[in-house]
Amino acid sequence: MTELITKRPTVTRRPAPAGVLLAAVFLGVLLLAGVAPWLLTGQDPLHAEVADALSSPSLEHPFGTDQSGRDVFARVVYGIRYSLVIGFGATLLALVAGTVIGVVSGLASRVVDGVLSRVIDILMAFPEILLALVVIAVIGPGEASLLTAVALAAVPAYARVARVRTLVVKRSSYVTAATALGVHPAVSVARHIVPNLLGPLLVMATMGVGTAIVSAAGLSFLGMGPQPPTPEWGLILSEGRNFLATAWWIAVFPGLTLTATVIATSTLGRYLQARGGA
Amino acid sequence: MTRERRPHGRRGRLLQLAGRLGGVVLVVWGAATAGFIALRLIPGDPVDVMLGVHARVSEAVRDQIRADWGLDEPVVVQYLRYLGRLATGDLGTSYQLRKPVAEVIGNQALPTVQLTALALLFAVILALAAALLARGVRARRVVSVLELFVVSSPTFWIGLVLLTVFAYQLRWFPSAASGGFAALVLPALTLALPVAGVISQVLRQGLDQAEAQPFATTVRARGVRPARLVLRHTLRHAAADSLTLTGYLVGSLLGGAVLVETVFARQGLGGVTVRAILGRDLPVVLGIIVLAAAVFAVINLLIDLAYDRIDPRLRLVAA
Repeated sequence: MTELITKRPTVTRRPAPAGVLLAAVFLGVLLLAGVAPWLLTGQDPLHAEVADALSSPSLEHPFGTDQSGRDVFARVVYGIRYSLVIGFGATLLALVAGTVIGVVSGLASRVVDGVLSRVIDILMAFPEILLALVVIAVIGPGEASLLTAVALAAVPAYARVARVRTLVVKRSSYVTAATALGVHPAVSVARHIVPNLLGPLLVMATMGVGTAIVSAAGLSFLGMGPQPPTPEWGLILSEGRNFLATAWWIAVFPGLTLTATVIATSTLGRYLQARGGA
Repeated sequence: MTRERRPHGRRGRLLQLAGRLGGVVLVVWGAATAGFIALRLIPGDPVDVMLGVHARVSEAVRDQIRADWGLDEPVVVQYLRYLGRLATGDLGTSYQLRKPVAEVIGNQALPTVQLTALALLFAVILALAAALLARGVRARRVVSVLELFVVSSPTFWIGLVLLTVFAYQLRWFPSAASGGFAALVLPALTLALPVAGVISQVLRQGLDQAEAQPFATTVRARGVRPARLVLRHTLRHAAADSLTLTGYLVGSLLGGAVLVETVFARQGLGGVTVRAILGRDLPVVLGIIVLAAAVFAVINLLIDLAYDRIDPRLRLVAA
Protein backbone atom coordinates (compact mmCIF):
# COMPACT_ATOMS: atom_id res chain seq x y z
CA MET A 1 0.00 0.00 0.00
CA THR A 2 2.69 2.44 1.11
CA GLU A 3 4.81 1.54 -1.87
CA LEU A 4 1.99 2.50 -4.22
CA ILE A 5 1.71 6.02 -2.89
CA THR A 6 5.28 7.04 -2.34
CA LYS A 7 8.53 5.36 -3.10
CA ARG A 8 10.41 4.55 0.07
CA PRO A 9 13.83 6.14 0.11
CA THR A 10 16.59 3.56 0.21
CA VAL A 11 17.66 3.11 3.78
CA THR A 12 21.10 1.62 3.32
CA ARG A 13 23.34 4.00 1.49
CA ARG A 14 25.22 1.95 -1.03
CA PRO A 15 28.71 3.32 -1.37
CA ALA A 16 29.62 4.31 -4.89
CA PRO A 17 31.82 1.71 -6.62
CA ALA A 18 34.53 4.39 -6.92
CA GLY A 19 34.60 4.69 -3.14
CA VAL A 20 34.73 0.92 -2.74
CA LEU A 21 37.59 0.74 -5.22
CA LEU A 22 39.46 3.44 -3.32
CA ALA A 23 38.87 1.56 -0.07
CA ALA A 24 40.16 -1.66 -1.61
CA VAL A 25 43.27 0.08 -3.00
CA PHE A 26 43.94 1.71 0.38
CA LEU A 27 43.63 -1.62 2.18
CA GLY A 28 45.90 -3.17 -0.46
CA VAL A 29 48.55 -0.53 0.28
CA LEU A 30 48.13 -1.21 4.01
CA LEU A 31 48.65 -4.93 3.45
CA LEU A 32 51.74 -4.23 1.34
CA ALA A 33 53.08 -1.95 4.09
CA GLY A 34 52.35 -4.63 6.64
CA VAL A 35 54.36 -7.24 4.71
CA ALA A 36 57.11 -5.05 3.29
CA PRO A 37 57.19 -1.60 4.96
CA TRP A 38 60.60 -0.82 3.41
CA LEU A 39 58.94 -0.50 0.01
CA LEU A 40 57.01 2.57 1.19
CA THR A 41 59.66 4.38 3.15
CA GLY A 42 63.42 4.49 3.07
CA GLN A 43 63.61 5.68 6.68
CA ASP A 44 64.21 3.62 9.80
CA PRO A 45 61.32 3.98 12.30
CA LEU A 46 63.70 3.68 15.25
CA HIS A 47 66.52 5.85 13.96
CA ALA A 48 66.71 9.01 16.08
CA GLU A 49 68.27 12.16 14.64
CA VAL A 50 68.25 14.52 17.61
CA ALA A 51 69.22 17.55 15.50
CA ASP A 52 66.04 16.96 13.45
CA ALA A 53 63.69 16.61 16.45
CA LEU A 54 60.16 18.01 16.17
CA SER A 55 60.59 19.31 12.63
CA SER A 56 57.39 20.00 10.73
CA PRO A 57 56.27 17.97 7.68
CA SER A 58 58.57 18.41 4.70
CA LEU A 59 59.51 16.53 1.54
CA GLU A 60 62.10 14.56 3.46
CA HIS A 61 59.74 13.83 6.37
CA PRO A 62 56.17 13.87 4.95
CA PHE A 63 54.61 13.48 8.42
CA GLY A 64 57.36 15.43 10.22
CA THR A 65 59.60 14.08 12.98
CA ASP A 66 58.94 13.31 16.64
CA GLN A 67 60.62 14.37 19.88
CA SER A 68 63.65 12.15 19.22
CA GLY A 69 63.91 13.13 15.57
CA ARG A 70 62.42 9.87 14.28
CA ASP A 71 60.50 10.02 11.01
CA VAL A 72 56.77 9.88 11.84
CA PHE A 73 55.84 8.58 8.38
CA ALA A 74 58.22 5.65 8.76
CA ARG A 75 56.82 4.96 12.24
CA VAL A 76 53.27 4.97 10.88
CA VAL A 77 54.22 2.67 7.97
CA TYR A 78 56.08 0.21 10.22
CA GLY A 79 53.25 0.43 12.77
CA ILE A 80 50.73 -0.92 10.25
CA ARG A 81 52.11 -4.41 10.91
CA TYR A 82 51.04 -4.35 14.57
CA SER A 83 47.62 -3.00 13.74
CA LEU A 84 47.03 -5.53 10.98
CA VAL A 85 48.18 -8.50 13.05
CA ILE A 86 45.93 -7.47 15.94
CA GLY A 87 43.05 -6.43 13.68
CA PHE A 88 42.98 -9.61 11.60
CA GLY A 89 44.17 -11.95 14.35
CA ALA A 90 41.65 -10.76 16.91
CA THR A 91 38.83 -10.76 14.37
CA LEU A 92 39.63 -14.31 13.24
CA LEU A 93 39.82 -15.52 16.83
CA ALA A 94 36.53 -13.81 17.70
CA LEU A 95 34.89 -15.15 14.54
CA VAL A 96 35.87 -18.75 15.29
CA ALA A 97 35.06 -18.62 19.00
CA GLY A 98 31.80 -16.73 18.38
CA THR A 99 30.70 -19.20 15.68
CA VAL A 100 31.39 -22.21 17.92
CA ILE A 101 29.53 -20.68 20.88
CA GLY A 102 26.66 -19.50 18.69
CA VAL A 103 26.21 -22.85 16.93
CA VAL A 104 26.44 -24.79 20.19
CA SER A 105 23.91 -22.46 21.80
CA GLY A 106 21.59 -22.72 18.81
CA LEU A 107 21.66 -26.51 18.79
CA ALA A 108 21.79 -27.14 22.54
CA SER A 109 18.88 -27.90 24.83
CA ARG A 110 16.59 -25.10 25.87
CA VAL A 111 18.25 -24.65 29.26
CA VAL A 112 21.81 -24.44 27.92
CA ASP A 113 20.71 -22.13 25.13
CA GLY A 114 18.82 -19.95 27.59
CA VAL A 115 21.81 -19.55 29.89
CA LEU A 116 24.28 -18.96 27.04
CA SER A 117 22.13 -16.40 25.30
CA ARG A 118 21.46 -14.54 28.56
CA VAL A 119 25.21 -14.34 29.17
CA ILE A 120 25.74 -13.11 25.60
CA ASP A 121 22.99 -10.50 26.05
CA ILE A 122 24.58 -9.23 29.25
CA LEU A 123 28.05 -9.07 27.73
CA MET A 124 26.64 -7.22 24.71
CA ALA A 125 25.41 -4.47 27.04
CA PHE A 126 29.02 -3.55 27.82
CA PRO A 127 31.09 -1.52 25.39
CA GLU A 128 33.90 -3.57 23.84
CA ILE A 129 36.61 -1.35 25.24
CA LEU A 130 35.46 -2.03 28.83
CA LEU A 131 35.31 -5.80 28.22
CA ALA A 132 38.79 -5.66 26.72
CA LEU A 133 40.02 -3.69 29.75
CA VAL A 134 38.60 -6.37 32.06
CA VAL A 135 40.41 -9.08 30.10
CA ILE A 136 43.67 -7.12 30.33
CA ALA A 137 43.07 -6.64 34.05
CA VAL A 138 43.07 -10.43 34.33
CA ILE A 139 45.87 -11.41 31.96
CA GLY A 140 48.06 -8.33 32.32
CA PRO A 141 49.16 -5.77 29.73
CA GLY A 142 51.29 -6.57 26.68
CA GLU A 143 51.11 -7.20 22.96
CA ALA A 144 49.64 -10.71 23.12
CA SER A 145 47.13 -9.65 25.78
CA LEU A 146 46.00 -6.83 23.53
CA LEU A 147 45.09 -9.31 20.79
CA THR A 148 43.35 -11.69 23.21
CA ALA A 149 41.46 -8.87 24.92
CA VAL A 150 40.20 -7.33 21.69
CA ALA A 151 39.21 -10.80 20.41
CA LEU A 152 37.34 -11.84 23.57
CA ALA A 153 35.53 -8.50 23.70
CA ALA A 154 34.19 -9.09 20.18
CA VAL A 155 33.10 -12.72 20.71
CA PRO A 156 29.55 -11.99 22.03
CA ALA A 157 28.56 -10.07 18.89
CA TYR A 158 29.59 -12.95 16.59
CA ALA A 159 28.06 -15.54 18.90
CA ARG A 160 24.72 -13.73 18.82
CA VAL A 161 24.55 -13.62 15.02
CA ALA A 162 25.76 -17.22 14.70
CA ARG A 163 23.11 -18.39 17.20
CA VAL A 164 20.23 -16.65 15.44
CA ARG A 165 21.34 -17.99 12.04
CA THR A 166 21.73 -21.49 13.45
CA LEU A 167 18.18 -21.37 14.80
CA VAL A 168 16.89 -20.35 11.36
CA VAL A 169 18.84 -22.98 9.43
CA LYS A 170 18.07 -25.70 11.98
CA ARG A 171 14.37 -25.39 11.23
CA SER A 172 14.77 -25.25 7.47
CA SER A 173 13.35 -28.11 5.44
CA TYR A 174 16.65 -29.30 4.04
CA VAL A 175 18.12 -29.87 7.51
CA THR A 176 14.93 -31.68 8.57
CA ALA A 177 15.19 -33.75 5.39
CA ALA A 178 18.84 -34.57 6.06
CA THR A 179 17.96 -35.67 9.59
CA ALA A 180 15.10 -37.81 8.26
CA LEU A 181 17.49 -39.41 5.79
CA GLY A 182 19.65 -40.48 8.71
CA VAL A 183 22.48 -37.99 8.20
CA HIS A 184 24.54 -37.74 11.38
CA PRO A 185 23.87 -34.43 13.18
CA ALA A 186 27.60 -33.59 13.18
CA VAL A 187 27.70 -33.98 9.38
CA SER A 188 24.60 -31.79 9.14
CA VAL A 189 26.31 -29.10 11.19
CA ALA A 190 29.43 -29.16 9.05
CA ARG A 191 27.66 -29.46 5.70
CA HIS A 192 24.55 -27.32 6.16
CA ILE A 193 24.70 -25.08 9.19
CA VAL A 194 28.24 -23.68 9.25
CA PRO A 195 28.37 -22.80 5.51
CA ASN A 196 25.10 -20.91 5.92
CA LEU A 197 26.54 -18.82 8.74
CA LEU A 198 29.72 -17.83 6.98
CA GLY A 199 28.28 -15.19 4.62
CA PRO A 200 26.85 -12.81 7.22
CA LEU A 201 29.64 -13.52 9.71
CA LEU A 202 32.33 -12.70 7.15
CA VAL A 203 30.63 -9.40 6.34
CA MET A 204 30.58 -8.64 10.09
CA ALA A 205 34.23 -9.61 10.31
CA THR A 206 35.21 -7.26 7.48
CA MET A 207 33.81 -4.34 9.44
CA GLY A 208 35.11 -5.88 12.65
CA VAL A 209 38.73 -5.60 11.51
CA GLY A 210 38.48 -1.81 11.59
CA THR A 211 36.83 -1.81 15.01
CA ALA A 212 39.44 -4.22 16.35
CA ILE A 213 42.27 -2.01 15.08
CA VAL A 214 40.76 1.05 16.79
CA SER A 215 40.10 -0.83 20.05
CA ALA A 216 43.67 -2.11 20.08
CA ALA A 217 45.07 1.36 19.37
CA GLY A 218 42.90 2.77 22.17
CA LEU A 219 44.11 0.19 24.68
CA SER A 220 47.66 0.75 23.59
CA PHE A 221 47.11 4.52 23.96
CA LEU A 222 46.18 3.78 27.60
CA GLY A 223 49.50 1.96 28.01
CA MET A 224 48.11 -1.60 27.95
CA GLY A 225 49.97 -2.75 24.84
CA PRO A 226 53.48 -2.69 23.42
CA GLN A 227 56.06 -0.53 25.17
CA PRO A 228 58.15 2.30 23.65
CA PRO A 229 59.94 2.63 21.29
CA THR A 230 57.69 0.21 19.36
CA PRO A 231 56.21 2.08 16.38
CA GLU A 232 52.59 1.13 17.21
CA TRP A 233 49.83 3.61 16.29
CA GLY A 234 48.23 3.96 19.71
CA LEU A 235 51.63 4.35 21.31
CA ILE A 236 52.69 7.00 18.76
CA LEU A 237 49.47 8.91 19.51
CA SER A 238 50.12 8.63 23.22
CA GLU A 239 53.65 10.01 22.77
CA GLY A 240 52.37 12.71 20.44
CA ARG A 241 49.92 13.81 23.12
CA ASN A 242 52.77 15.44 25.05
CA PHE A 243 53.87 17.54 22.08
CA LEU A 244 50.53 18.82 20.78
CA ALA A 245 51.47 22.44 21.53
CA THR A 246 54.66 22.38 19.48
CA ALA A 247 54.37 19.42 17.08
CA TRP A 248 50.76 18.59 16.15
CA TRP A 249 51.87 16.32 13.32
CA ILE A 250 53.06 13.52 15.63
CA ALA A 251 49.49 12.82 16.78
CA VAL A 252 47.45 14.05 13.80
CA PHE A 253 48.89 11.91 10.98
CA PRO A 254 48.81 8.48 12.67
CA GLY A 255 45.23 9.20 13.77
CA LEU A 256 44.26 10.20 10.26
CA THR A 257 45.69 6.93 8.94
CA LEU A 258 43.76 5.05 11.63
CA THR A 259 40.51 6.81 10.67
CA ALA A 260 41.13 6.12 6.97
CA THR A 261 41.64 2.43 7.78
CA VAL A 262 38.32 2.25 9.61
CA ILE A 263 36.48 4.09 6.83
CA ALA A 264 38.02 1.73 4.25
CA THR A 265 37.05 -1.46 6.11
CA SER A 266 33.52 -0.26 6.85
CA THR A 267 33.04 0.91 3.23
CA LEU A 268 34.13 -2.51 2.01
CA GLY A 269 31.96 -4.24 4.62
CA ARG A 270 28.87 -2.24 3.71
CA TYR A 271 29.45 -2.94 0.05
CA LEU A 272 29.65 -6.68 0.70
CA GLN A 273 26.50 -6.41 2.82
CA ALA A 274 24.65 -4.57 0.04
CA ARG A 275 25.81 -7.22 -2.43
CA GLY A 276 23.78 -9.73 -0.44
CA GLY A 277 26.12 -11.11 2.17
CA ALA A 278 23.66 -10.56 5.01
CA MET B 1 16.05 -9.76 24.55
CA THR B 2 12.51 -10.81 23.90
CA ARG B 3 9.88 -8.69 25.53
CA GLU B 4 7.70 -10.55 27.98
CA ARG B 5 3.99 -10.54 27.56
CA ARG B 6 2.27 -7.62 29.27
CA PRO B 7 1.00 -8.67 32.66
CA HIS B 8 -2.56 -7.91 33.63
CA GLY B 9 -3.45 -5.98 36.73
CA ARG B 10 -1.40 -4.28 39.36
CA ARG B 11 -0.18 -7.44 41.03
CA GLY B 12 1.13 -8.82 37.76
CA ARG B 13 2.98 -5.61 37.08
CA LEU B 14 4.56 -5.61 40.55
CA LEU B 15 5.61 -9.23 40.07
CA GLN B 16 7.16 -8.34 36.75
CA LEU B 17 9.04 -5.42 38.31
CA ALA B 18 10.28 -7.69 41.09
CA GLY B 19 11.46 -10.17 38.47
CA ARG B 20 13.37 -7.47 36.65
CA LEU B 21 14.96 -6.20 39.86
CA GLY B 22 15.95 -9.80 40.58
CA GLY B 23 17.59 -9.82 37.16
CA VAL B 24 19.68 -6.80 38.13
CA VAL B 25 20.85 -8.54 41.32
CA LEU B 26 21.63 -11.66 39.28
CA VAL B 27 23.78 -9.70 36.82
CA VAL B 28 25.72 -7.99 39.62
CA TRP B 29 26.23 -11.31 41.38
CA GLY B 30 27.36 -12.91 38.11
CA ALA B 31 29.83 -10.11 37.43
CA ALA B 32 31.18 -10.28 40.99
CA THR B 33 31.59 -14.05 40.79
CA ALA B 34 33.13 -14.08 37.32
CA GLY B 35 35.44 -11.22 38.35
CA PHE B 36 36.42 -12.97 41.57
CA ILE B 37 37.21 -16.23 39.78
CA ALA B 38 39.09 -14.48 36.96
CA LEU B 39 41.19 -12.45 39.36
CA ARG B 40 42.01 -15.55 41.43
CA LEU B 41 43.48 -17.09 38.28
CA ILE B 42 46.02 -14.30 37.95
CA PRO B 43 49.51 -15.57 38.52
CA GLY B 44 51.51 -13.70 41.12
CA ASP B 45 51.23 -12.89 44.76
CA PRO B 46 49.01 -9.99 45.89
CA VAL B 47 51.59 -9.30 48.57
CA ASP B 48 54.06 -8.44 45.80
CA VAL B 49 51.58 -5.91 44.45
CA MET B 50 51.17 -4.33 47.87
CA LEU B 51 54.85 -4.11 48.65
CA GLY B 52 56.33 -3.82 45.19
CA VAL B 53 58.10 -6.78 43.55
CA HIS B 54 61.53 -5.71 44.73
CA ALA B 55 60.67 -5.33 48.40
CA ARG B 56 62.89 -7.47 50.63
CA VAL B 57 60.55 -8.70 53.30
CA SER B 58 60.84 -11.84 55.37
CA GLU B 59 58.39 -14.68 54.82
CA ALA B 60 56.97 -14.09 58.32
CA VAL B 61 56.00 -10.53 57.46
CA ARG B 62 54.42 -11.74 54.21
CA ASP B 63 52.39 -14.30 56.13
CA GLN B 64 51.32 -11.59 58.53
CA ILE B 65 50.13 -9.43 55.61
CA ARG B 66 48.24 -12.39 54.11
CA ALA B 67 46.55 -13.00 57.43
CA ASP B 68 45.65 -9.31 57.80
CA TRP B 69 43.99 -9.28 54.38
CA GLY B 70 42.33 -12.66 54.80
CA LEU B 71 44.34 -14.10 51.91
CA ASP B 72 45.40 -17.18 53.90
CA GLU B 73 41.89 -18.58 54.10
CA PRO B 74 40.43 -21.14 51.69
CA VAL B 75 39.20 -19.61 48.44
CA VAL B 76 35.59 -20.54 49.15
CA VAL B 77 35.67 -18.72 52.49
CA GLN B 78 37.24 -15.68 50.82
CA TYR B 79 34.53 -15.76 48.15
CA LEU B 80 31.68 -15.99 50.65
CA ARG B 81 33.21 -13.23 52.77
CA TYR B 82 33.54 -11.13 49.65
CA LEU B 83 29.87 -11.66 48.73
CA GLY B 84 28.81 -10.91 52.29
CA ARG B 85 30.69 -7.62 52.30
CA LEU B 86 29.39 -6.81 48.83
CA ALA B 87 25.81 -7.19 50.07
CA THR B 88 26.47 -4.45 52.61
CA GLY B 89 28.02 -2.21 49.95
CA ASP B 90 31.62 -2.84 51.04
CA LEU B 91 33.78 -3.36 47.94
CA GLY B 92 36.97 -4.21 49.83
CA THR B 93 40.19 -2.26 50.32
CA SER B 94 42.63 -1.10 47.67
CA TYR B 95 46.03 -2.81 47.77
CA GLN B 96 47.86 0.27 46.62
CA LEU B 97 45.99 3.15 48.20
CA ARG B 98 45.05 1.31 51.42
CA LYS B 99 41.65 2.97 51.26
CA PRO B 100 38.19 1.42 50.89
CA VAL B 101 37.47 0.76 47.20
CA ALA B 102 34.04 2.37 47.54
CA GLU B 103 35.76 5.56 48.70
CA VAL B 104 38.34 5.45 45.88
CA ILE B 105 35.56 5.07 43.31
CA GLY B 106 33.16 7.48 45.01
CA ASN B 107 35.74 10.27 45.12
CA GLN B 108 36.32 10.05 41.38
CA ALA B 109 32.77 9.41 40.17
CA LEU B 110 31.61 13.03 40.00
CA PRO B 111 33.99 14.26 37.24
CA THR B 112 33.07 11.25 35.10
CA VAL B 113 29.35 11.80 35.62
CA GLN B 114 29.71 15.50 34.74
CA LEU B 115 31.70 14.64 31.62
CA THR B 116 29.27 12.01 30.33
CA ALA B 117 26.19 14.11 31.14
CA LEU B 118 27.47 17.14 29.24
CA ALA B 119 28.60 14.87 26.39
CA LEU B 120 25.11 13.38 26.16
CA LEU B 121 23.61 16.87 25.99
CA PHE B 122 26.08 17.93 23.27
CA ALA B 123 25.45 14.73 21.31
CA VAL B 124 21.67 15.20 21.30
CA ILE B 125 21.94 18.87 20.28
CA LEU B 126 24.44 18.14 17.50
CA ALA B 127 22.43 15.19 16.19
CA LEU B 128 19.17 17.16 16.16
CA ALA B 129 20.86 20.08 14.41
CA ALA B 130 22.40 17.79 11.79
CA ALA B 131 19.20 15.83 11.19
CA LEU B 132 16.92 18.89 11.01
CA LEU B 133 19.16 21.22 9.05
CA ALA B 134 20.37 18.74 6.46
CA ARG B 135 17.22 18.64 4.37
CA GLY B 136 18.45 19.38 0.85
CA VAL B 137 20.25 16.83 -1.31
CA ARG B 138 23.58 18.63 -1.12
CA ALA B 139 23.37 19.29 2.63
CA ARG B 140 22.54 15.65 3.20
CA ARG B 141 25.60 14.53 1.31
CA VAL B 142 27.85 16.84 3.37
CA VAL B 143 26.28 15.68 6.63
CA SER B 144 26.54 12.01 5.77
CA VAL B 145 30.25 12.38 4.95
CA LEU B 146 30.77 14.19 8.27
CA GLU B 147 28.86 11.44 10.08
CA LEU B 148 30.97 8.72 8.48
CA PHE B 149 34.11 10.62 9.47
CA VAL B 150 33.24 11.17 13.14
CA VAL B 151 31.78 7.68 13.55
CA SER B 152 34.96 6.14 12.12
CA SER B 153 37.43 8.32 14.01
CA PRO B 154 38.88 6.91 17.23
CA THR B 155 37.56 8.95 20.17
CA PHE B 156 40.98 9.61 21.59
CA TRP B 157 42.24 10.94 18.28
CA ILE B 158 39.29 13.36 18.00
CA GLY B 159 40.32 14.59 21.44
CA LEU B 160 43.91 15.13 20.34
CA VAL B 161 42.79 17.07 17.26
CA LEU B 162 40.37 19.26 19.26
CA LEU B 163 43.13 19.92 21.80
CA THR B 164 45.53 20.92 19.03
CA VAL B 165 43.11 23.23 17.26
CA PHE B 166 41.06 24.80 20.05
CA ALA B 167 43.43 24.69 23.00
CA TYR B 168 46.92 25.07 21.53
CA GLN B 169 46.37 26.94 18.25
CA LEU B 170 43.29 29.09 18.83
CA ARG B 171 43.58 29.11 22.64
CA TRP B 172 39.80 29.27 23.08
CA PHE B 173 39.78 26.62 25.80
CA PRO B 174 42.27 25.64 28.50
CA SER B 175 44.53 22.72 27.63
CA ALA B 176 44.80 21.39 31.16
CA ALA B 177 41.98 20.18 33.37
CA SER B 178 41.53 23.21 35.62
CA GLY B 179 38.20 22.08 37.03
CA GLY B 180 36.10 24.88 35.55
CA PHE B 181 33.33 24.54 33.01
CA ALA B 182 35.60 25.75 30.19
CA ALA B 183 37.90 22.79 30.79
CA LEU B 184 34.94 20.44 30.46
CA VAL B 185 33.82 21.65 27.02
CA LEU B 186 36.47 20.00 24.83
CA PRO B 187 36.41 16.59 26.58
CA ALA B 188 32.61 16.53 26.44
CA LEU B 189 32.65 17.49 22.77
CA THR B 190 35.19 14.74 22.06
CA LEU B 191 33.01 12.17 23.72
CA ALA B 192 29.89 13.55 22.06
CA LEU B 193 31.00 13.64 18.41
CA PRO B 194 31.04 9.90 17.54
CA VAL B 195 27.82 9.38 19.48
CA ALA B 196 26.20 12.37 17.74
CA GLY B 197 27.17 10.84 14.40
CA VAL B 198 25.33 7.62 15.21
CA ILE B 199 22.20 9.36 16.61
CA SER B 200 22.06 11.67 13.62
CA GLN B 201 22.24 8.71 11.20
CA VAL B 202 19.35 7.00 12.94
CA LEU B 203 17.32 10.21 13.26
CA ARG B 204 17.66 11.07 9.58
CA GLN B 205 16.71 7.53 8.59
CA GLY B 206 13.65 7.73 10.87
CA LEU B 207 12.63 11.12 9.46
CA ASP B 208 12.90 9.84 5.90
CA GLN B 209 10.82 6.78 6.73
CA ALA B 210 8.16 8.80 8.55
CA GLU B 211 7.91 11.28 5.67
CA ALA B 212 7.24 8.46 3.25
CA GLN B 213 4.25 7.24 5.26
CA PRO B 214 0.65 7.98 4.29
CA PHE B 215 0.02 10.18 7.34
CA ALA B 216 2.79 12.55 6.24
CA THR B 217 1.20 12.83 2.80
CA THR B 218 -2.12 13.63 4.47
CA VAL B 219 -0.56 16.33 6.60
CA ARG B 220 1.13 17.81 3.55
CA ALA B 221 -2.14 17.71 1.62
CA ARG B 222 -3.72 19.83 4.36
CA GLY B 223 -1.25 22.51 3.33
CA VAL B 224 0.93 22.31 6.44
CA ARG B 225 4.36 23.85 6.02
CA PRO B 226 7.29 21.39 5.85
CA ALA B 227 8.92 22.79 9.02
CA ARG B 228 5.72 22.16 10.97
CA LEU B 229 5.38 18.68 9.53
CA VAL B 230 8.83 17.81 10.81
CA LEU B 231 8.52 19.42 14.23
CA ARG B 232 4.96 18.32 14.98
CA HIS B 233 4.79 14.93 13.33
CA THR B 234 7.72 13.12 11.82
CA LEU B 235 10.32 14.03 14.47
CA ARG B 236 8.29 12.15 17.08
CA HIS B 237 8.46 8.98 15.04
CA ALA B 238 12.18 9.37 14.45
CA ALA B 239 12.85 10.12 18.13
CA ALA B 240 11.06 6.95 19.21
CA ASP B 241 13.38 4.98 16.92
CA SER B 242 16.41 6.61 18.49
CA LEU B 243 15.36 5.33 21.90
CA THR B 244 16.56 1.89 20.86
CA LEU B 245 20.05 3.42 20.88
CA THR B 246 19.99 4.44 24.55
CA GLY B 247 21.82 1.35 25.76
CA TYR B 248 24.44 1.73 23.07
CA LEU B 249 24.83 5.42 23.91
CA VAL B 250 25.39 4.94 27.62
CA GLY B 251 27.87 2.18 26.85
CA SER B 252 29.92 4.15 24.38
CA LEU B 253 29.87 7.26 26.58
CA LEU B 254 31.16 5.37 29.62
CA GLY B 255 33.63 3.33 27.56
CA GLY B 256 34.83 6.44 25.73
CA ALA B 257 35.16 8.34 29.02
CA VAL B 258 38.14 6.15 29.98
CA LEU B 259 40.00 7.26 26.85
CA VAL B 260 38.85 10.88 26.92
CA GLU B 261 39.89 11.33 30.53
CA THR B 262 43.34 10.04 29.64
CA VAL B 263 43.62 12.31 26.60
CA PHE B 264 42.72 15.41 28.62
CA ALA B 265 44.51 14.23 31.79
CA ARG B 266 41.27 14.63 33.73
CA GLN B 267 40.36 13.19 37.10
CA GLY B 268 37.74 10.47 37.02
CA LEU B 269 36.91 6.79 36.96
CA GLY B 270 38.89 6.31 33.75
CA GLY B 271 42.11 7.19 35.53
CA VAL B 272 41.15 4.98 38.49
CA THR B 273 40.54 2.06 36.10
CA VAL B 274 43.76 2.46 34.14
CA ARG B 275 45.90 2.87 37.28
CA ALA B 276 44.24 -0.13 38.95
CA ILE B 277 44.84 -2.37 35.92
CA LEU B 278 48.45 -1.29 35.35
CA GLY B 279 49.18 -1.49 39.08
CA ARG B 280 47.42 -4.88 39.51
CA ASP B 281 45.25 -3.38 42.25
CA LEU B 282 42.77 -6.27 42.12
CA PRO B 283 40.21 -5.09 44.70
CA VAL B 284 39.78 -1.82 42.78
CA VAL B 285 39.53 -3.69 39.45
CA LEU B 286 36.88 -5.99 40.90
CA GLY B 287 35.04 -3.00 42.38
CA ILE B 288 34.92 -1.32 38.99
CA ILE B 289 33.68 -4.51 37.30
CA VAL B 290 30.87 -4.82 39.85
CA LEU B 291 29.99 -1.13 39.60
CA ALA B 292 29.93 -1.26 35.79
CA ALA B 293 27.69 -4.33 35.85
CA ALA B 294 25.31 -2.63 38.29
CA VAL B 295 25.17 0.57 36.22
CA PHE B 296 24.48 -1.30 32.97
CA ALA B 297 21.89 -3.61 34.52
CA VAL B 298 20.00 -0.67 36.05
CA ILE B 299 20.15 1.32 32.81
CA ASN B 300 18.81 -1.61 30.82
CA LEU B 301 16.01 -1.98 33.36
CA LEU B 302 15.13 1.71 32.98
CA ILE B 303 15.15 1.41 29.18
CA ASP B 304 12.77 -1.54 29.35
CA LEU B 305 10.44 0.41 31.61
CA ALA B 306 10.68 3.50 29.39
CA TYR B 307 9.68 1.48 26.32
CA ASP B 308 6.43 0.50 27.96
CA ARG B 309 5.67 4.12 28.81
CA ILE B 310 6.65 5.74 25.54
CA ASP B 311 5.30 3.45 22.85
CA PRO B 312 1.54 4.02 22.80
CA ARG B 313 0.99 0.72 20.98
CA LEU B 314 2.31 -1.17 24.00
CA ARG B 315 0.01 0.87 26.23
CA LEU B 316 -3.01 -0.05 24.13
CA VAL B 317 -2.23 -3.71 24.55
CA ALA B 318 -2.18 -3.28 28.30
CA ALA B 319 -5.50 -1.45 28.49
